[in-house]
Amino acid sequence: MKTYPISVSINGKTYRHEVEPRLLLADYLRQQAGLTGTHVGCEHGVCGACTVLFDGKPVRSCLMLAVQVNGHDLMTVEGLATEEKNLHPLQHAFWEAHGLQCGFCTPGILMTLLPFLQEHPDPSETEIREAISGNLCRCTGYQHIVDAAKLAAKKMHTP
Amino acid sequence: MKPAPFEYYAPDSLEAALELKARFGDDAKPLAGGQSLIPAMNFRVAQPSILIDLNRIAELRYIRKNGALHIGAMTVQSQAEHDDLVAAHAPLLHEAIPNIAHLQIRNRGTIGGSIAHADPASELPVVCVALNARMRAQSKTAERWIEARDFFAGLFATTLQSDELLVAIEFPDLAENTGYAFMELSRRSGDYAMAGVAALLTLGGDGSCEHATLVYLNVGDGPVEAIQAAASLSGVKATAVAFHDAAQIASQTDLAPFGNLHASVDYQRHLSAVLTERALAKAFERASQRIKSSS
Repeated sequence: MKTYPISVSINGKTYRHEVEPRLLLADYLRQQAGLTGTHVGCEHGVCGACTVLFDGKPVRSCLMLAVQVNGHDLMTVEGLATEEKNLHPLQHAFWEAHGLQCGFCTPGILMTLLPFLQEHPDPSETEIREAISGNLCRCTGYQHIVDAAKLAAKKMHTP
Repeated sequence: MKPAPFEYYAPDSLEAALELKARFGDDAKPLAGGQSLIPAMNFRVAQPSILIDLNRIAELRYIRKNGALHIGAMTVQSQAEHDDLVAAHAPLLHEAIPNIAHLQIRNRGTIGGSIAHADPASELPVVCVALNARMRAQSKTAERWIEARDFFAGLFATTLQSDELLVAIEFPDLAENTGYAFMELSRRSGDYAMAGVAALLTLGGDGSCEHATLVYLNVGDGPVEAIQAAASLSGVKATAVAFHDAAQIASQTDLAPFGNLHASVDYQRHLSAVLTERALAKAFERASQRIKSSS
């Protein structure tokens, strides 16, 4: 099978690999780049678990081909914390407000909320619920996720 | 599941893409945003042998106003969603876009991709028919305009030829004294709609209805127009009763919904009637505002 060379920036680091065109971005991230923080749920764009930032915007990594990210910029959940013991304010808010139970949906929710909260310093509950409407969580009933998002907005915009 | 193997081409110009389409014809599937095609490939419902990825063709991403509003086929939906020209000149399109799936899908899905996919449950084909949009089709040797009503040819089918690509969509300005509304109902935010409608209403000088357009999604094998309901409003005074009657004609006479997993035929008729009434009231309100602010 023919492969193509790709060079992609992920969380500020350049990765170079040979990929088959049919390789999904989500599988590339997990299996070739070794970044298993991105989770694969439904594989047809409904659950949102695989959401990553593509040139700064949240997209489904199960609905893109790895070969398409050549020359582009990605951010995955691994890019949030600067070091292991130094959580990003968004992650810290999820920890404090119990915004997760099993954690499977969490990476996708964080990568959806990061640009949203950067653009909305003081979002209403309705705005938060609309923002995460493309991310399914089967544990929490969303209440604590909404609380965590509100807390994160405060943390991210307090100097 | 994962996509079956395919040959992959990623041309960086329209010319190169059309050359490939001329060479491979129907064997080659164009890949726009991939938000419908890739899931179908993941499930192996679609197994194209050749993909022509259009994402590197920068010349197909634009929103311009020269006379009518022109949108390049590869323009990402979220870009059009937040574009001032779209909001000003194609407000019906502006109102419809946020109903397309979720933000993450709209960040990747394209205007032209959704139209060429011709899913009867999708919003953009309905908007195109309601607004009398025109599709620009181009092949290696020729180009032509196709009226929206002649473009959609049933379930996931269009009148594009095997060597053609949809390259742009032209949306004419709303007619004077005309109001608009797009409404749909789905079980959860971002789900496929159980029913939806695009409504346009043009008022005459005396406040009566001059012309109405009603186009529906997910109640047939493509965008479905309620021709008799629209005709029933012509020359009639714009009242809640007239809108109610038109909604009944639309849902009982014009539409023949198939029913689906989430809505029976009767329920789709009911939803269509409710949405028609609401959409006509909203379109009337907007038409009245426009008349007021222009006088």
